[in-house]
Amino acid sequence: MTDAKVTYKTSDEVDFVIVGSGAAGGVLAKELSTNGFRVVVLEQGPYLKEPDFSHDELQVFTLHQLTNNPALQATTFRKTPEDTAKPQPCVMYGRCVGGSSVHFTANFWRFHEIDFIERSKVGEIPGTGFADWPIRYADLEPYYTKVEWEVGVSGLAGASPFDPPRSKPYPMPPLPVKGSGVIFERATRKLGYHPFPAPMAILSRPRAGRSACVNCGFCLGFGCEVGAKSSSLSAMIPLAEATGRCEIRPNCYVHKIETDKSGRVTGAVYFDAKRNTHLQKAKAVLLCANGAETPRLLLLSASRQFPNGLANSSGLVGKYLMLNTAANAFAVFDEPINDYKGFCVSRIIHDFYELDPAKTGFYGGGGLDARFDWTPVSFATGALPPGTPVWGREFKQALHQNFTRTLQIFCHASSLPVERNSFSLDSDVKDAWGLPALRLTYKDHPNDLKMVDWMKDRALEVLDAAGAKTKWAYPVREQQFAVHLLGTCRMGNDPKTSVIDSDHRTHDVPNLFLCDGSSLVTSGRGQPTMTIEALAFRAADRITALAKRGELSS
Amino acid sequence: MKSTLEARRNFLLQAGGLAGAAWISAQWPAILAAAQHSHQAVKAKGSEAFEVLTPDQAKQIDAISSQIIPSDELPGAHEAGVVYFIDRALKTFASDTRPVYEKGLADVAKMTAELFPGVRTISDATPEQQQQIVAELMSEMNPRPGARRSTVAVNADFPQTIWIHTLWGFLLDPDAGANRDYVGWKVIGRDPAHSFSPPFGFYDQDYPGWQASSPETDKR
Repeated sequence: MTDAKVTYKTSDEVDFVIVGSGAAGGVLAKELSTNGFRVVVLEQGPYLKEPDFSHDELQVFTLHQLTNNPALQATTFRKTPEDTAKPQPCVMYGRCVGGSSVHFTANFWRFHEIDFIERSKVGEIPGTGFADWPIRYADLEPYYTKVEWEVGVSGLAGASPFDPPRSKPYPMPPLPVKGSGVIFERATRKLGYHPFPAPMAILSRPRAGRSACVNCGFCLGFGCEVGAKSSSLSAMIPLAEATGRCEIRPNCYVHKIETDKSGRVTGAVYFDAKRNTHLQKAKAVLLCANGAETPRLLLLSASRQFPNGLANSSGLVGKYLMLNTAANAFAVFDEPINDYKGFCVSRIIHDFYELDPAKTGFYGGGGLDARFDWTPVSFATGALPPGTPVWGREFKQALHQNFTRTLQIFCHASSLPVERNSFSLDSDVKDAWGLPALRLTYKDHPNDLKMVDWMKDRALEVLDAAGAKTKWAYPVREQQFAVHLLGTCRMGNDPKTSVIDSDHRTHDVPNLFLCDGSSLVTSGRGQPTMTIEALAFRAADRITALAKRGELSS
Repeated sequence: MKSTLEARRNFLLQAGGLAGAAWISAQWPAILAAAQHSHQAVKAKGSEAFEVLTPDQAKQIDAISSQIIPSDELPGAHEAGVVYFIDRALKTFASDTRPVYEKGLADVAKMTAELFPGVRTISDATPEQQQQIVAELMSEMNPRPGARRSTVAVNADFPQTIWIHTLWGFLLDPDAGANRDYVGWKVIGRDPAHSFSPPFGFYDQDYPGWQASSPETDKR
């Protein structure tokens, strides 16, 4: 390892250019540079570090310090392809070195065995492209373990009877229990469920030169000031840079993947911070730009040779989008919980992970957790009981009484892959660089809405069992805002029904690889980042093997 | 009251263990520089002079925001310096909402004259009259229940805009130039410290530790 940071010329043909430095891009950058390859990572956003982070909600939520800015990157929404899309903010992702792993909640469940083979078990679901993965849980297990140990996950192995098999315990004990966790644990046990300490990608002990969590309470939406949150920024990027073979190049907005006459990619074209255009040459390109921007980039890279977009012979680039469904239920307790202190989640149940469609009448499942992911302002705008005045003495009294006493149960659940649900280009609306805007087309499958509504009712039962006197939940609504960006370039063995193979290589272009939320075939039960990182560790091994066999050379 | 800088230093020094201390030691000059910048900005923002608002406009905004979060036995928007936050917002990141304020204040003056003939502006009205004026102003405002994001929508009207700006001015971290002396956080019970140790509250103080099973789960 070396402290000298490498920089490459754009004319240098590096081994890999990676677009995006988030959950997958960070892991791939670290792994491939460690394996001896020369890597350039092109990141849309700035290179912020721990000292740049604060507890300023204005910077984070209103001025978009860490995420895409709708004022610059317009998006449009429609429910169905037959509708006219309207401009509205409808997607959020990390736009800084480290990507969404900088601001995420850090829930780090593994997917279960069922998630990979559910189509075979459940059968066809009308109106969907429900499919099995080309890999199984056992293929990913070593890489889940690698994430836990190398990126840093706190948890307690064996605490959940529903957990899939694992080869190693967690490297650190769970984070401390919070008041919400105690209430949740007691109530769910009373109902016969099996609460367990939430696995979190947050350090409970100092590790690898990083601090343990100090429980500051500004987690979801914020960058961690002490590096305890196991983002790619804190855990992977420094190791990649330390190899002396990986350059992290921020403020680079990639808008085209260049190809040659033989149909192979030759590099990535990007705008720098001054909007000058460059081509970074590379022997192979890895898109890790997230489940919205990866398909957008492929579609933007359409050419005479690839008229429907790069790697899109299946016509499925951008399609089968899954957002995960969610609901929440609230209660106010008599004494201060002070759930604003600390990380978001300390206790969880997976008793509903694998529901029986024959009994429930719907496919899917999910998890419930007790969490507090509200900041002072967002609490005032979104977490008071229905009917509370929005101004005046009663409003202030509700804030005074409830902020420290409110408990939220969050339901996170599956989404089905529906072909019409997609990200595509909207040529009627341009971003600040003059490129077609990202268009979200989404209408939840009725099954998913039924299922999450059922979960919401279970959450209310838990609050009853906890003795809550004041409790409420809002009706489940169709989604119009995308945060989990899954399935839009899915993995599969058949080039007609998938975009990448199980090595993350596109079926159409031999030296183009995709790895991020877009690779997922099913949505799991709501917490995808752990699986995205496990896929990235596995992809690094597969791509390294292909490169060493000379399969990436022209 | 500890300074922001001091609280931040203490928070970072409590970051846990030798590795954390080593990290902080290595990063401290950069952290210090960033925090000092922020601290200076807050100090500068704490000025009593208005940069955008006229004194008359400031009084009217103070009157409206003080109805949204009134002062009683606990401090309200006035004590949190919300009007100063709004003035800085109109100078900086929310400068595009200046026309919204100009039109909105004119509308409120008209509404005031209609409701209470002879009263020129809301700041001239009695507290009871101010409450009625703001009730009228807010009658159309219906924030979506469960809305997590606290941004102002494009083309938001005056009630929406002054409402969210008041919440920001009362509840944001003081580093944003809001929430003077943390009065907003005192009202909601948020300790301004940068780090906490368990137990965090009432319900976890007697937690006996994780148990793998219980009679109820065993039965199931």
